[in-house]
Amino acid sequence: MGEPAENAVVDPGLDEQIKKLTSEKIEGVITKVLTEETAARLDVYMRTCVHCGLCAEACHYCLSHDKDPRFSPVGKVKQTLWEILRRKGKVEPEFIRECARIAFTECNVCRRCSMYCPFGIDIAYLLLVVRRICSLLGVVPQYLQDTVNSHAVTSNQMWVKQDEWIDTLQWQEEDTQDEIKDARIPLDKEGAEIMYSVIGPEPKFLAQLLGNIAFIMNVAGIDWTMPSFDGWDNSNMAMYSGDCESRARIERTHDEAAFKLKVKKIVMGECGHAFRGAVYDGPKGLGWKEPPVPLIHAIQFYYELIRDGKVKIVKKFEGPVTVQDPCNVVRGRGLGKMLRYIMRAVCEDFRDVSPRFEHNYCCGAGGGVINCGPSWKSARVKGNSVKAEQLKATGAKVIITPCHNCHSGIEDIINYYKLGMHVKFFSEILVNAMEIPEELKV
Amino acid sequence: MYQFIAGPLVWIAFAVLIVGSMYRIISMLFQAKKDKVVYPYMSLRFSLRSLIHWFVPFAGVNMRRQPEMTVVTFAFHICLICTPIFLLPHNILIYRAWGISWWTLPKGVADVMTLIVVITSLIFLLRRVTSPVVKYVTSPSDYVLLAIAAAPFVTGFLAYHHVLPYKTMSVLHILSGVVMLAAIPFTRLSHMLFFVFTRSYMGSEFGAVRSSKDW
Amino acid sequence: MALLTNCDWNTRKKHIADIDEWKKKFSVIHELAVSPDGEKISAIIKGDNDRFTPCVNGVTWPHTFEKAWSLRFGCDGRLTCLAMNDDEWTVATDDQMWEEKYDYVWNLQENRDGECIAVNIKTGGQYGVAVNDKRWENIFFEARDLAISPDGEHTAAIVQTERLDGADTVGFLEGVWSVAVDGHRWDKNFTNVWGVTFSCDSRNVAAEVRTDIRDYTIAVDGNPWNTVFRCVWEPLFNPANGDVTAPVQTERGWTLALNGTVIWDKYFNQLWHQRYNPNSQDIAAVVSPKFGKWTIAINGSPWKETFSDAVLPPVFSPDGTRVAAVIKNKGKWTIAVDGQPWDEVFDMIWNPHFSPDGSRIAAKAERGGDFFVVIDGKVGSPFEACWDPVFSPDGKKLLIRSIDDGAYYRRVCSV
Repeated sequence: MGEPAENAVVDPGLDEQIKKLTSEKIEGVITKVLTEETAARLDVYMRTCVHCGLCAEACHYCLSHDKDPRFSPVGKVKQTLWEILRRKGKVEPEFIRECARIAFTECNVCRRCSMYCPFGIDIAYLLLVVRRICSLLGVVPQYLQDTVNSHAVTSNQMWVKQDEWIDTLQWQEEDTQDEIKDARIPLDKEGAEIMYSVIGPEPKFLAQLLGNIAFIMNVAGIDWTMPSFDGWDNSNMAMYSGDCESRARIERTHDEAAFKLKVKKIVMGECGHAFRGAVYDGPKGLGWKEPPVPLIHAIQFYYELIRDGKVKIVKKFEGPVTVQDPCNVVRGRGLGKMLRYIMRAVCEDFRDVSPRFEHNYCCGAGGGVINCGPSWKSARVKGNSVKAEQLKATGAKVIITPCHNCHSGIEDIINYYKLGMHVKFFSEILVNAMEIPEELKV
Repeated sequence: MYQFIAGPLVWIAFAVLIVGSMYRIISMLFQAKKDKVVYPYMSLRFSLRSLIHWFVPFAGVNMRRQPEMTVVTFAFHICLICTPIFLLPHNILIYRAWGISWWTLPKGVADVMTLIVVITSLIFLLRRVTSPVVKYVTSPSDYVLLAIAAAPFVTGFLAYHHVLPYKTMSVLHILSGVVMLAAIPFTRLSHMLFFVFTRSYMGSEFGAVRSSKDW
Repeated sequence: MALLTNCDWNTRKKHIADIDEWKKKFSVIHELAVSPDGEKISAIIKGDNDRFTPCVNGVTWPHTFEKAWSLRFGCDGRLTCLAMNDDEWTVATDDQMWEEKYDYVWNLQENRDGECIAVNIKTGGQYGVAVNDKRWENIFFEARDLAISPDGEHTAAIVQTERLDGADTVGFLEGVWSVAVDGHRWDKNFTNVWGVTFSCDSRNVAAEVRTDIRDYTIAVDGNPWNTVFRCVWEPLFNPANGDVTAPVQTERGWTLALNGTVIWDKYFNQLWHQRYNPNSQDIAAVVSPKFGKWTIAINGSPWKETFSDAVLPPVFSPDGTRVAAVIKNKGKWTIAVDGQPWDEVFDMIWNPHFSPDGSRIAAKAERGGDFFVVIDGKVGSPFEACWDPVFSPDGKKLLIRSIDDGAYYRRVCSV
């Protein structure tokens, strides 16, 4: 088996960091993880896998690489965890680099393969164990590690400073007032019904999305607030880097913000991984069985607003539109039907994808893969030609991605495969489709 | 010698199977406690929902995508489990030992089922050798396990039909059966023990936590 | 609290302001705030020329602003907000603006008696802290969060002391973060710093620090403990002797450490929000004894009853004999006292307040959109809105601040 071409990618987070490793350190960390942090699941999964290869059918990397066995889910486990266990942790630094490359950049931990494995082995979990080992050894793609560092310092993903966050909200509030009379983004409103939380890239690069939600909230007359303090970011890249301690801290900060504001629920923007982090994978690490303050994804929030007539659709989006089922909210939380309800409510010509719902293909960007940085982009996009084919088959000109990672990942795919489509968030078409009541018009 | 192989050794094999399996399952249950998330999320309803979808042929997407493999897998497993249990000669032995017996397979049917196990084993073998994805993750142990599973059927068939010296074949048959029984708890043949548990956990997580299907 | 000692504890019901009138007068009214003695109610409003200013009991400040937010009454009754004119931000208290102006101000805080008001500031692209109209003499690449000493004499913040280039993960791990007290940084830098806290005598500062990928500990006045842990949460000073305790995570789970040594023999799934008994060495904390179960532990012994959703920080009675905490069980909120939850449950409940002798507990709660004052689990009459109830210093009266039929009232009732 030849060396994969992606191996040529230079990433100081891997290349430089492995130079600092010794075999004792590697063995020590591996032993610690295998004895202290893993238990029945790892053990039973290892004993149960019959090496049947049926999971290969699930993985977009494998399908996009002409079923190259190195990209099958079990193939990735073979190249990493089997070897680690077989050699009882006695592996060289270069091997750890391989593990990091495979676990961080060739698996989106999207869990599609769990649905294709006859035993229901959580292969994503196995790759996350590999990531955990790499993380403790300090071998994490540089850009991904940088977002985790940002989380650790600022509780947000993008090094957004405390003043920048508030300033951005105040700016977006003013902008919204150009369209909606006296629109507000109420900061720190204790006892509000809803705390709205977003991910770091919104204030950093996509501030208009904050304007969009202000627009929607003000028109729908929602009792809402946003925290001026840390905890406003619901994203959690530490969940993907293997830094469980930071993951817990980030999650706690988000929960504590909701406690402090005395809100009944948290509504979060159009993001998938953040939903996974805040609703089902993150809380576990702190001891919550369910999130202590219920979390509603934007899809469900929009669904309820439209269903209950709180926003009225007056001008449907024209032209063929399709949709991406983000893994972490559809396979992860079953919101696929609500997503289709809002798509049909707002679009004249909705074209569904196939496969869809739980079986939809991952965008290739999730699971921290896009956060590994530009040097891994080519491998990521080439690893998802099936997504390009799937989208092309819909004949749509616009694709709605209610998830930030999907949004960026699919934009890259569209450009690379020259699909001639446009990617939009749902809120972008919603604000143009909904009615502004007379009394709120400027 | 034959007396020992056909008598105590078989009982020893069953003892190893039962005690070994119990040890495996109990140690898994204890370990699952350390994996804090397992028990709190387990749900009977979603476990059953998942098991039903994976026990019924073609109920899941991947089974429909790979129909040949689905047919082969179900045929193999059904025959592998049912043939020895409902085989007349086995029943006679059990009747002699314990005085109990149950319904048995007609001779011809048992023969066909045995051949199915042998043929499907060959298909698995062929798949291991030819399919790049499977070949990539195949280790020598996979061939050994396949051989362990197929051997009792091959030897049984040969012994029954007196193709080769009966005495030798029946000793080989018993020995291969003993090996298989004893190997179940300690090799990846233990997937037959763990299947229910791994499936149930994933079914529970997909159903109760993720509100979605796992098939 | 001189304000509460001297305020009117006799008038049973006083009409203070007609909020519905405000609504007719002003097109925009931000969130309402009330003074601790209940005599004043205020909100930032939009007045003439689209300018903002606080309205207090119906009267607006003469000064107006392009932007104003973070309005609050201090515990001495002064009204403060953050305000901006001509792109310069400052702090305004009772219509008096600070002379110093900044690029940005946020995180408005006060000390125990309200005399010290401090904010995080950004100035000339760098960061620091300003206290009572005087900025720290040193500024930093970044300054986050803010702690004020109980006596109001000192302030501390988490500061970035060295520049860090984009995506410099190596430099980050070596440490560019520290704590600055009154603008003077600790000698040591750390990978991360969180949870800065002052000692009760205002002399010492402790914080959670991270020294390597997975090495966490507590630093006191810049000196880390000798032991490192998997993780730690906020430290707290013992009011009696200046010892520092903190929740720490070991291989066995979460437990409590004192000056670097584990002192509880119980280990938990989670442990945070420790609080000291004001009269002894007892420590109460929120714990999760089993996955998905939450309760309060006192000196490591958890209450028998556990709650499924959440338990908020414990509150000791002033005499230290009782402990109460907000809990959420099966989706409903209430208060548990010494392990026993109240029978009544709510859609939301605020922090419990003990009477000075510890015999009564009062809290604000909400159910079905109505607000109530709840005393010892008994629900009072509904209001449109209300604020936390306040016991009189002698514990015989309760001050209730509420809105009824669009008007703000101050009520005093006997308990």
